[in-house]
Amino acid sequence: MQKQDIKMVVIGGSAGSLPVVMSLLEALPETFSFTVVIVIHRSKNVLSEMDKLLSHIRNVPNVHEPDDKEPILAHRVYLAPQNYHLLIETNKTFSLDYSEPISFSRPSIDVTFESVAQVYAQQTVGILLSGANTDGTKGVSEVIRHGGIGIVQDPNTAEYPVMPHAALLQNQAALCLPTSHITTFLKQLNDNI
Amino acid sequence: MVVKIGMDTEYRLTEVELEEIIQLILQKYGYDFRNYARTSLTRRIARCMNIANLKTLYELKYNLINESSFFTWFLETLTVNVTEMFRDPLFYKDLREKVLPALASYPIIKIWHAGCATGEEVFSMSILLHEAGLLNRAKLYATDLNPANLERARKGIISMEQIKDYTLNYIQSGGKNDFSTYYTAHYQSAIIRKEFRSNILFAQHNLAVDQVFNEFQLICCRNVMIYFNRELQNHVFRLFYNSLSPKGYLAIGIKESLLFTDVKEQFESVSAAARIYRRKN
Repeated sequence: MQKQDIKMVVIGGSAGSLPVVMSLLEALPETFSFTVVIVIHRSKNVLSEMDKLLSHIRNVPNVHEPDDKEPILAHRVYLAPQNYHLLIETNKTFSLDYSEPISFSRPSIDVTFESVAQVYAQQTVGILLSGANTDGTKGVSEVIRHGGIGIVQDPNTAEYPVMPHAALLQNQAALCLPTSHITTFLKQLNDNI
Repeated sequence: MVVKIGMDTEYRLTEVELEEIIQLILQKYGYDFRNYARTSLTRRIARCMNIANLKTLYELKYNLINESSFFTWFLETLTVNVTEMFRDPLFYKDLREKVLPALASYPIIKIWHAGCATGEEVFSMSILLHEAGLLNRAKLYATDLNPANLERARKGIISMEQIKDYTLNYIQSGGKNDFSTYYTAHYQSAIIRKEFRSNILFAQHNLAVDQVFNEFQLICCRNVMIYFNRELQNHVFRLFYNSLSPKGYLAIGIKESLLFTDVKEQFESVSAAARIYRRKN
């Protein structure tokens, strides 16, 4: 579908997105060569084992919550840590930020998408999934504005359509795809590289 | 349902523009942001400009050069002052179980909270020390770059909105008392009771430029160095090493790491999950 050299796939989701994230990870080919960063809203001070939950997926290396200043590697899946914003520096390391929540969210999907777009530009795919708020709308715009590919889960297939719906309203250039097509897209992505 | 879409048009400085602003602030006001992490600093400046309704680099420069009261506000708004009581309850649990019993052997316990913001973490520490029967022997030093933070911290005011979260955190940290005995509720805010503040000295200290000022058995600096680049992180870790007594403890944020620093060989791990370390000798 696309002939861009994709180095970074960033996935954002809120309520109802976890099963979709899991099916996307399952669809990743064993030899995928890009980096995957996942931002999912979750409550801030309850011990979360989402990283372990996502690590039980076959073919995918362990999902890892990065430390501050950790270098970003290819063929890895990273999960934004609870209660921080996840940013990317131009030297391709992660940096964490504990500033105010944005749209009631920390981690904020907008913040990570924007930061990824600034560093990876047209090498970025941003995928926004189910959710009950409007985080991610601006993030998808930023991905597209920097030449990357913006994908939004078809609201008709989302458990909570508010978030994908809001993003599509503001982003005519975003691809609106049902989950099955997003997985196909990810598989093809790898073939093209 | 009314859904407000946050499509704001924040001005984002380019790397060159950011360097200009950093130099301007350094030369005119003496605050050194050269070794701050760039992405987060750029976001913070955009946030300041958005709140002040400044649309261009020129407007920002004009205000910084000509209005010293603008700079006072800018500095307060630029730095991240977000904090919580008993954030990461398991960290406080490890402090109770692994660190405080060792500190009990000192006749005077000196603790430094570096980058204390509005004081919520140092108040939490004071409560832990009280529950361990050590508060009367403890001297807490809480420092921050931002004078407005210190002013608020000295008053002991915490947000009433967050009391429910703080209470849950406190219980998860192993707290056995009624958390409401530690503060007085006062309309929209709560005030930490004076007996849990009287051992705390609040003072201005800039980790980027200021020196060692005492020797401590425990230093807490959680989620402060995430705003620094590696070079400044290394500088601050050396400052902490030199400010700790032999076998003194260092606590950093649970997503911060000694792994990427020069001092990693000089510390041993006390709690890997809570990121508590101990100076080797």
